[in-house]
Amino acid sequence: MHISEGILSAPVLVAGASLTATAVGYGLKKMAYKQMPKVAILSSVFFVASLIHVPIGPSSVHLILNGIIGLLLGWAAFPAILVALAFQAILFQFGGPTTLGVNTFTMAFPAIICFYLFNRGIKGKNNFFALTLAFICGFLSVLLSGIMVATALVFTGELFMQVAKLILIAHLPVMILEGVLTVFCVGFLRKVRPEILDLDA
Amino acid sequence: MIKEKFSEGDSFLHKLDPRVKIIVALLFSAIVAVTDRYTPLWGDLLLAAGLIIIAKLKIREVILRLLVVNSFILLLWIMLPFTFSGEKIYILDSLGVSREGIKYAFLLTIKSNSIILVGIALLSTSSIYNLVHALLHLYLPDKLVQLSFFSYRYIHTIHSEYIRLNNALKVRGFKAQTNFHTYKTYAYLIGMMLVRSYDRSKRVYNAMLCRGFKGKFWTLNHFSFNKSDFIGGIVMISCIIGLMLF
Repeated sequence: MHISEGILSAPVLVAGASLTATAVGYGLKKMAYKQMPKVAILSSVFFVASLIHVPIGPSSVHLILNGIIGLLLGWAAFPAILVALAFQAILFQFGGPTTLGVNTFTMAFPAIICFYLFNRGIKGKNNFFALTLAFICGFLSVLLSGIMVATALVFTGELFMQVAKLILIAHLPVMILEGVLTVFCVGFLRKVRPEILDLDA
Repeated sequence: MIKEKFSEGDSFLHKLDPRVKIIVALLFSAIVAVTDRYTPLWGDLLLAAGLIIIAKLKIREVILRLLVVNSFILLLWIMLPFTFSGEKIYILDSLGVSREGIKYAFLLTIKSNSIILVGIALLSTSSIYNLVHALLHLYLPDKLVQLSFFSYRYIHTIHSEYIRLNNALKVRGFKAQTNFHTYKTYAYLIGMMLVRSYDRSKRVYNAMLCRGFKGKFWTLNHFSFNKSDFIGGIVMISCIIGLMLF
């Protein structure tokens, strides 16, 4: 769900860049050196996940996982996602220098929202409740990213309204897929290594 | 393996100081992103194509790359001509194809591809390590630079971990389909990647502490800013500014 270079208007690009810069600064400040390896690992998982294609009906989509990244990292999700997207831009030309701010924000802001909404719940004792929250987390993270992409396009020009709507509709199956995957993944981590779900670990 | 496809080579652009390349690429991208007139944009596209030629990259691979990253642009071509109001040049059933819409989609295509080409010619011709190192000299926060070094290192380990787990799946006759079993398997695969790399990150950090890590990374190879870097930078920047004035 990258927005390509050369499409968005200057005010949207500047707004995205400054919001991202502020949030990345805050995320870096909150991140202790001790956490650096974990943040880097999740940054790379976010990068590698985008190379994993999962079949869905006749087509396939790549994983996004910004919900899980947010759950595990909190504010450090901003620098982590920024770094991964910068690598994607340099290695594969997905996104680029001017859209890096907007693209980071559309991915990382939902991650933070998910962190605040679900971080506590998914660690709770009640398994069913935790997994329900995990589904909402995966679903919501992609939905919010879609809404942010759509917003960036519509603020650039009214004529992008239809494109924005199409992008949102096209992401509906991805939302469900990410929800299901997040359920299984959180379930797995709760069983196998619950301490990963702790922010300070 | 994740390859830095375009970073191998010995052209002028490959040898140019990464700091110069980053500054020029940022300037070019920013200016093209806010330009909406055709004359300067054609010049910018030519300039971008020229840089690709100077970088002596394989044209076929550059074109292949362009095709892949133009999917978003393709979406615009499908939608914009129909959603734009204005003079209709062709009526398809009840849908009118708008001249303005096509013009606009075309404009965005040139802008987007110019920026992508310059990105390939200037940024992708340096290794990630050199670019990140250069960003440190360009006053990017120390912590962010370290995070990038770590993260780039781990991308390769995690990717090979993924390939290993994926091979294990294949050996056991796993076939990805649209069903819960597939999604569960992929989720567990991700989970396993997280667990293993989490353990690894703990080990690496402890090893670093043992070796006296105090939150500072020392880089061993240093850039030297020489005459050809200076001239190359000045020529490119004046071309970009010159085109803007057209």
